[in-house]
Amino acid sequence: MERPVILDCRGVWKLYGQNPREFLTRHNGAPSDQDLADNRIIGAVRDASVKIRKGEIFVIMGLSGSGKSTLVRCLSRLVEPTAGEIRFEGSDLLSMSDEELIHVRRKKMGMVFQHFALLPHLTVLQNAAFPLDVQGVDRRTREEKARQMIEIVGLTGREDYYPRQLSGGQQQRVGIARSLVADPDLWFLDEPFSALDPLIRREMQDEFLRLQSMLHKTIVFITHDFEEAIRLADRIAVMKDGRIEQTATPEELVLRPATPYVEEFTRHIPRAKVMKLRSVMSPGVPEASYAGELAGSLTVDAAIEQIDGAAHPFKVVDEEGTAIGTIDARAAIDVMIGRISA
Amino acid sequence: MSEGLVTQVKPATVPGGLLTASRVFWIGLFAVTWVLSTWSFALYKALDARWIIRFPKAYELPLEGWISDAINWLVDDLSFGLFTFRDVTRFISALIEAPYDFVRDLLIDGLMLGQGQQAVEILAPLSWIAIIAIMVGLALYARDRTLALLVGGCFSYLAVFGQWESAMITLSSVLIAVPLGVAGGLALGIAAYRSHKFESMLRPVLDLMQTVPVFAYLVPILVLFGFGPVAALIATVIYAMPPMVRISTVALQTVPEEVIEAGHMVGCRPRQLMWKVLIPSAMPMLMVGVNQVIMLTLNMVIIASMIGAGGLGYDVLAALRRLDIGGGIEAGLAIVVMAIALDRLSQAFSVSQVRAHPDPKLLFYRRYPRFSTVAAIVVATTLAGMFVPAIQEYPEKFTITTGTFWNSAMEWINVNFFDAIEAVKTLLFNVLLLPVKRFFAGIPWAWGIVAVALAAGRVGGWRLGTMAGVMTAFIAASGLWREAMTTIYLCSVSVLIASLLGIPLGIWAGQSARANSVIGVLIDTLQTLPSFVYLIPVVMLFRVGDFSAIVAVVLYALAPAVRFAAHGIRSIDGELIEAGKVSGCTERQILWRIKLPLAAPSLLLGLNQTIMLAISMLVITALVGTRDLGQEVYIALTKANTGQGIVAGLAVAFIAIISDRVVTALARSSQEKLGLK
Repeated sequence: MERPVILDCRGVWKLYGQNPREFLTRHNGAPSDQDLADNRIIGAVRDASVKIRKGEIFVIMGLSGSGKSTLVRCLSRLVEPTAGEIRFEGSDLLSMSDEELIHVRRKKMGMVFQHFALLPHLTVLQNAAFPLDVQGVDRRTREEKARQMIEIVGLTGREDYYPRQLSGGQQQRVGIARSLVADPDLWFLDEPFSALDPLIRREMQDEFLRLQSMLHKTIVFITHDFEEAIRLADRIAVMKDGRIEQTATPEELVLRPATPYVEEFTRHIPRAKVMKLRSVMSPGVPEASYAGELAGSLTVDAAIEQIDGAAHPFKVVDEEGTAIGTIDARAAIDVMIGRISA
Repeated sequence: MSEGLVTQVKPATVPGGLLTASRVFWIGLFAVTWVLSTWSFALYKALDARWIIRFPKAYELPLEGWISDAINWLVDDLSFGLFTFRDVTRFISALIEAPYDFVRDLLIDGLMLGQGQQAVEILAPLSWIAIIAIMVGLALYARDRTLALLVGGCFSYLAVFGQWESAMITLSSVLIAVPLGVAGGLALGIAAYRSHKFESMLRPVLDLMQTVPVFAYLVPILVLFGFGPVAALIATVIYAMPPMVRISTVALQTVPEEVIEAGHMVGCRPRQLMWKVLIPSAMPMLMVGVNQVIMLTLNMVIIASMIGAGGLGYDVLAALRRLDIGGGIEAGLAIVVMAIALDRLSQAFSVSQVRAHPDPKLLFYRRYPRFSTVAAIVVATTLAGMFVPAIQEYPEKFTITTGTFWNSAMEWINVNFFDAIEAVKTLLFNVLLLPVKRFFAGIPWAWGIVAVALAAGRVGGWRLGTMAGVMTAFIAASGLWREAMTTIYLCSVSVLIASLLGIPLGIWAGQSARANSVIGVLIDTLQTLPSFVYLIPVVMLFRVGDFSAIVAVVLYALAPAVRFAAHGIRSIDGELIEAGKVSGCTERQILWRIKLPLAAPSLLLGLNQTIMLAISMLVITALVGTRDLGQEVYIALTKANTGQGIVAGLAVAFIAIISDRVVTALARSSQEKLGLK
């Protein structure tokens, strides 16, 4: 069952240079690399189409200069796309008036920034309450809500600190609290953990997954870190030179990379960290003795210890708890060491 | 075989080549100029062509007359139907006069009700104790006890040494001019930030305002607004505003893009974005601008005493005019003291610490103990002052005057060191001043225009060359060639000396933390002093003339040479120095082969600033009798001749602009060469 599309972006272009709009129509909306170079126009985003579904974590992955940040700014209309169509909850985002856009941003969107973008003159509490302050919510109500958010992100006790008195990880927790305080449906995160140390990054990723399991937002997450993408994403769009190379689940990306570029990325990713039990199990559940049940959404990596330690195979079950297949130690180890027959 | 190698390497890329194209150009240009300068007089005699050394009178631009006529027309005839231009200037005067009078009453005269003889004092002015208490309270709020002690000490000094009333007049000018300058600067800065078109229109205006010497715009203001504190305030605001405009624009532009995006994403309206996001984020830098406005205001308030500002500046000016050494130094020191107090106080505000919110459950005076104490002192002294005059005004019999001390000190120096001072003066005059003066004075105007255009073109391309040529031609065509050459001579000698002193000091400060702490304090103090103050000791020691002017200019213009040199040395990547050490460089080699070449762009920027300060100070040294463009402006001021003042002022501005563009172009190309940009 497909979930409804929240944000639908079709054929979006963002070009920088002289008269980009006119340039695009001149080349029938599809200029080649050569056309761009000849006219000294930079194609930051080229013909990007993505559909973001309710409740999913959609990761846009690309190296620096790939256009991922520009694309997310087009999606939030911080940057005006040169061409294309973006529909948010069915209405046309690009034709919205300033007033409508302000309304949408206030009520329905939240964004977390790479360098936190906290206001230096406000305390943690005031920063977290800032979106409500802008909306004109009275002080008591907004500070109460901000306190709740601060508690959720685990910063209770630091409400009166100023951003510069906090570590990077703590600052980003404030950024997260601020982006969520107005209870948005759509949550943009622009490389939220890239400026943090690796250990803290890992901790913040767990924290992020924990938050999402509570809040069930629709998420657009930008990263340049493929492992981060795989760890967090329901679906990933890989970008290169402004184009989307492939949009797929982590498993599909690893198993069936669409282009050499994507394959280059996936080559070094341990299969076991990506492959779900669901896709490596033997389908059908014959009568036999089983060591227990494992969820099909677990990765092999997460389940390997249990499977390997047991004398019998495991049943694999879907979300409703129905057994859909079996997995034994041999199949799991095949994946671990890269001996994939599938 | 070696030939083959040589031909592969183009001569221009060999740094050691003796006759590169650029060396040939510069040596040639200098040689031609020198020859023409030396023989121009002989040439004029031989050919009987006076036009060689003198721009022909018949072709001089009648700009002076036009400007004067235009101003007269503005003042006398221009009418907008319902009201005249005169009414507009009167209206502006009234707008500024009202708050100024109020502040003055508050600080000095007391609030009066009624007019003239029948006036009744309804509120006594703030007592000296109250004002010191307010200042100390502000210092405690902004930083700590050390600062409070400094500020309190400075203001007590003003009371004890009998400078209180003049100081309060100056302070009330500052209190009016600073908010006007800050608000106006911020408003223009915001407009420039919002509209690129406006910014590009504003930039040349600001350039001109910062390079036209201050005396030059005193003249039209004097004509438009008359002699008095209001005219002085207007001049002050105009003078102090440009840096605030620039700093506001830059401060807003340097707010990180992400922070602005965050503002958009939470749904700020444009106004909310400006006042809740942009301005608070830019606040630390804006406060630097406020500090600048305060210092420039103080500087200008003193210069503006020439058109009626009164206060400490007037005291200095009057003392200078009657050669009253003691009085001059006393008032000058009072200015210094006040400048230091205001500077440190406003700097403390710009880096002020985060404050905890007071617990709202406490009583008011427990929540804000300092504010309450200060308020109590103000009320108590005002009340007590009605009965005890010593509380209201610092008792005169306890004031200490240092005038006689300074007089005898100066006398002592003059008696004991006159010969030594004279010897140094004569030596420098013969070795440096005279040859340079002769060189510049001899350059025929026609060649001067060509040479400036060629040099500027070589450095910054044909556009800069043309601009420089046209500006130089303007100077010649205004009949100011000789004065301009005197200005350039004074300026180049001063800048040379300032660089020779300042750059080594800066290098030293950049390399040693201990030297830096001493030199830093020295430079900070030098930069805090209003330009006027430099004249006092200089005149006392060296009397009037070029030499005195040069000494004053050197002192005033030293700071940037030191600052930029130290900054340039300090900001070199530590790895490069380590690389030098690992390659076995000695300390000296590291300095000459690594640090200095890398600091070159910084040194050039320092040079640029030094030249700018030197030019602005040169105009003020007209008071000690130089015969340059500054004197021309000063004469115009005393005669209230708008045309003369503006034309000479423009000439100074053009010199400043040409040198600014040329040196900036040099700095840019050296930065590019080093890959720093």
